[in-house]
Amino acid sequence: MTEPAAVFEHVDKWFGQLHVLQDINLSVGRGERIVICGPSGSGKSTLIRCLNGLEPHQRGRIVVNGIELTDDRRAVDRIRRQVGMVFQQFNLFPHLTVLENCTLAPMAVRKLPRAEAEQLAMDYLARVRIPDKAHSYPGQLSGGQQQRVAIARALCMQPEIMLFDEPTSALDPEMIKEVLDVMVELAGSGMTMLCVTHEMGFAREVADRIVFMDGGRIVEDTATAAFFEAPQTERARQFLGQILAH
Amino acid sequence: MAMPRQSTPLAWLRANLFSSPLNTLLTLLGLWLLWLVVPPLLQWAWLAADFVGTSRADCRSGGACWVFVREHLPQFLYGFYPAGERWRVNLGIGLLLVLALPLLVPRLRQFRRGWVLALLAYPFVAGWLFYGGLGLPVVPTARWGGLFLTLVIAGSGMAAALPLGILLALGRRSELPVVRAVCTVFIELWRGVPLITVLFMASVMLPLFMPAGVSLDKLLRALIGVAMFAGAYMAEVIRGGLQGVPAGQVEAARALGLSYWQQMRLVVLPQALTMVIPGIVNVFIALFKDTSLVLIIGLFDLLGIVQAAVTSPDWLGFTREGYLFAAAVFWVICYGMSRISRRLERRLDTTADRQQEMA
Ligand SMILES: Nc1ncnc2c1ncn2[C@@H]1O[C@H](COP(=O)(O)OP(=O)(O)OP(=O)(O)O)[C@@H](O)[C@H]1O
Ligand SMILES: [Mg+2]
Repeated sequence: MTEPAAVFEHVDKWFGQLHVLQDINLSVGRGERIVICGPSGSGKSTLIRCLNGLEPHQRGRIVVNGIELTDDRRAVDRIRRQVGMVFQQFNLFPHLTVLENCTLAPMAVRKLPRAEAEQLAMDYLARVRIPDKAHSYPGQLSGGQQQRVAIARALCMQPEIMLFDEPTSALDPEMIKEVLDVMVELAGSGMTMLCVTHEMGFAREVADRIVFMDGGRIVEDTATAAFFEAPQTERARQFLGQILAH
Repeated sequence: MAMPRQSTPLAWLRANLFSSPLNTLLTLLGLWLLWLVVPPLLQWAWLAADFVGTSRADCRSGGACWVFVREHLPQFLYGFYPAGERWRVNLGIGLLLVLALPLLVPRLRQFRRGWVLALLAYPFVAGWLFYGGLGLPVVPTARWGGLFLTLVIAGSGMAAALPLGILLALGRRSELPVVRAVCTVFIELWRGVPLITVLFMASVMLPLFMPAGVSLDKLLRALIGVAMFAGAYMAEVIRGGLQGVPAGQVEAARALGLSYWQQMRLVVLPQALTMVIPGIVNVFIALFKDTSLVLIIGLFDLLGIVQAAVTSPDWLGFTREGYLFAAAVFWVICYGMSRISRRLERRLDTTADRQQEMA
């Protein structure tokens, strides 16, 4: 078996007194698509933010692509190059055009020449179906368009793993689909994805596994079909009931 | 203040100046005040003024004696800089104006890298031009004065205050306690003393602490004092801007793998600085006007030299003309700065409004 894309081993994390991640064990295989769900405050965001070192963990091991995430800056830098992240609030850089948003990191971090970085950016902008907005500023785009640009921006670093933290929760309902479509397509291309979302339709369609969190623990980690048919824990059943009732 | 659609001048007047009894009263009051002030001023400063001549004997009409200003103009502009060497000052200032062009003409943006290099080289070129050496005759700083000296002090103060302020502001938000403490203490110390005290310290106290045999030029000491002072104020203005950049921006930059300095240079500072352009220009304008305080340590900036001229025995009695001239020069330059800042603000605004504006 090939080495997994990312592994959490007995990871614990505290915010002051608050034990937000408790003994997390998770292995993400290459090309695997995992949806993480769970009630608010259960630690979903914290979990994926630990994976690229946006939040430090205090105990246990996180290994990404064979590199252990430690205090060593170089390890963190190497991991971040291989992990793309998409945020709930898009977090596009408002002072740069769409194209500049996409070429910034490839040029600054991967040291690509401008022409090459722009070529790459245009390719990805085309893949998220927004090449005509390359020279607009983020403030001139709709939420759905901004989130698609954010996905393209992350892809421009040609990452091995993509993290999504509720990418559609800040969007108006009519824009959710355009973003999900892009994500489904990305999943189809074989990208390793870790996705925090409450879009159960999306989860059913693309996820290999569902990870259900509650109170800082992974309470359930099951294949998608099994999760939707018969959640093993009462907590997950309740949660699913609430979500699907909407 | 949108004009009504089928507007005549009369309708505009009614809508803007006479819309209510109170408004009408205020308008009339304003007109009356203008009537009180403007005609006599015009009479004095222009209609009854003397423009030609070479000495006070030519000023007999009772109006303003602009002959006084004209006769002293070279002094007001250059201080005691030798007449034969003044081209160096003109050239130095001219170069600076050329360098300022890209701020006003967006299309020159493509030469940004070269521009930054030129900007970095400028202080050295200007220092060489103004002071001399390396083939140019030396003009000691004691002979510098007038508007030229004002521009040197204010210009170098601004040039130093911006980078210093940026570093201090970043340092004050640093995660390293030592860096944070040093920057905080530095900022609060300099902000807590009046500029006059700083200048006194620079000219009187500093030499006491210098090792024997080392002496720093008086002007240089004042420049350092002014730069530190302005840097501390600038730091607080910029810190305000840094706080205005959402945390998500840094997060996105970190997630993309940018290093700390890349995050700051490429993502945070461009946004923070744009946000606080009015504050930055405020510090610049205050600094520009405060340069007149160097008079108390024996440097003659524009105001200082005007003051010296109005008290010289040959020309007693032309205080008004002298100060009015100095005030006008200060005002023109400060107003110019504020206009440039407005323009920059508008140009750097990347929100949706701009699209509408362009459409
Ligand atoms: N920077 C922080 N400092 C202190 N506590 C934090 C911080 N970030 C998150 N927390 C707390 O940690 C817990 C887990 O937060 P997290 O954001 O991971 O939850 P989540 O599952 O993503 O919730 P949501 O669905 O609301 O996004 C919460 O109780 C939250 O209040
Ligand atoms: Mg969250």
